[in-house]
Amino acid sequence: MDIIEARNLKKSFGPVTAVDDVSLCVKKGEIFGFLGQNGAGKTTTIRMLTGVLIPDAGIVRICGVDILRDPLEAKMHMGIIPENGTVYADLTAEKNILWTAKCYGMDRRSREEKAKEILARLGLESRKDDLVRTFSKGMRQRISIACAIVHSPPVLFLDEPTTGLDVLSRRLVIDTVRHMNREGSTVLITTHNLEEANALCSRVSVIHRGKIIGTDSPEKIRKQFDTAGYIEVSFDRSVQGSMLVTGSISRAEPHGDKWRVYSDDTDWAIKALTRVAEQNNLKILSVATSTPSLEQAFIEMTEEA
Amino acid sequence: MDLKRFVWSVLMVTEKNMRIYYYKGSVVIFGLLFPFIMFLTFFIGRDLDLVLFFPGFLGMMLFFSASSTGPLITPWEKREKTYERLVSLPVVIESIILGDILSGAVFGFVITTLVWLAGSFLLHLSLTNPAALVLALLLGSLAFAALGTLLSSPATDTPSNIMMFSNLVRLPLIFVSGIFIPLNKLGDWAWTNLLSPLTYLVDLFHTAITGDGVYSPVIDSAILIVVIIIFASGAKLIQQHNLHNGR
Repeated sequence: MDIIEARNLKKSFGPVTAVDDVSLCVKKGEIFGFLGQNGAGKTTTIRMLTGVLIPDAGIVRICGVDILRDPLEAKMHMGIIPENGTVYADLTAEKNILWTAKCYGMDRRSREEKAKEILARLGLESRKDDLVRTFSKGMRQRISIACAIVHSPPVLFLDEPTTGLDVLSRRLVIDTVRHMNREGSTVLITTHNLEEANALCSRVSVIHRGKIIGTDSPEKIRKQFDTAGYIEVSFDRSVQGSMLVTGSISRAEPHGDKWRVYSDDTDWAIKALTRVAEQNNLKILSVATSTPSLEQAFIEMTEEA
Repeated sequence: MDLKRFVWSVLMVTEKNMRIYYYKGSVVIFGLLFPFIMFLTFFIGRDLDLVLFFPGFLGMMLFFSASSTGPLITPWEKREKTYERLVSLPVVIESIILGDILSGAVFGFVITTLVWLAGSFLLHLSLTNPAALVLALLLGSLAFAALGTLLSSPATDTPSNIMMFSNLVRLPLIFVSGIFIPLNKLGDWAWTNLLSPLTYLVDLFHTAITGDGVYSPVIDSAILIVVIIIFASGAKLIQQHNLHNGR
């Protein structure tokens, strides 16, 4: 069952088309990544998915409810951590959570119990009566997370949730996403951190200049670019890149004190590099083969698009 | 749309506004101190009948207090980036606007009721028409809270710009609404008072307290209701437009 369904979303701001015919479906229980460079259209898309922005065209259904037709019902199914994790700075940590829980119609006892539990899990119990304006960015983000999950939403949206956070806060965000997913929430996360997407997501969509240019599991996306496997090699002397481009080696790029050569036949390429070294009286100091990372696949995809 | 859920969303927005914005400096200054100081500036040192001017003072008090929270809320939330969080909660644009209006109205209603009680006690005022007083407090607080919400609707994240703009609109209204000069003494300038919704509120207070209102309470009330609808609809149109344009 598609728990998040977006069809043919379009959004323009004046002459700029921010999102152009974006469609995506997220299945129940998935952690779905929405990848793209800054300005690619990730935030505009998530704002339309969450009812914050009205699309020029297209439909969005959350748990089968059309968000444009029945926004109140659709929003009851979601928890949202907006970019920058904003919460009310003039309320205490606990008041932020309790008020949000009340917005979702939770009764007094449930919201008090849930707030206590979440504050303890996020390590903020001792600061519950402090105004949020006295909190660090990481702590504010934790409160933002607490507000988003207090009603145990079936769908959780996170917009760049770890941007600008310290290592511990980032780990806490990732752990919470995993925890919520285990508890049954479907998660849609936008990020430009590919390592994070690779570690968390079961599927990802890559958006570039407002269009989705690929949707698959991170591993399958990476494998699409297996043909561009590379070898990192270093010599005892400096060499010209053109010396290394031969046969199945399509290109050679300097990479620090090494050369990174790309080939669709790694075995052949190693032999060719050995020949080049012998012919030019070079000593090979190191050689390592590698399949492309998600990051490389992402770069290749966006360059191709 | 589920009506119960909608009403709940309005109440939630109202509660949030009451918790956060009633204590903001600009609300206290423009909503409480400003009308007091303005009235004292006009009144002290002149041989004026305080009872005669008390309905005007009440009108001014309600006008300033009810319209002081609205202009602050939306620009403040846009600056703090909590507006986006609010919109993503189970609320719709109508809940936000009605919640903003209600919070302003409650502020104006409570403050003005306290001022009326204090005034009645100190000046030994009688009440000629209690129904007119209730109507004036209810409709006046809603009308001017709606004005405050309308004024805060343009897309900006700078509260001080909106506060300045709101004073630019509010201050001229004071002088054409029969507060310092009774309506029947405005002479050739009498037509200007027809343009100000505050005129009809002050007139209702006159009907309630001194019994010498110029217009019928029905007319005053009807005009205030129309004003509420116009201001709230204007706020909705502007905020919906902003939402569509991502501002």
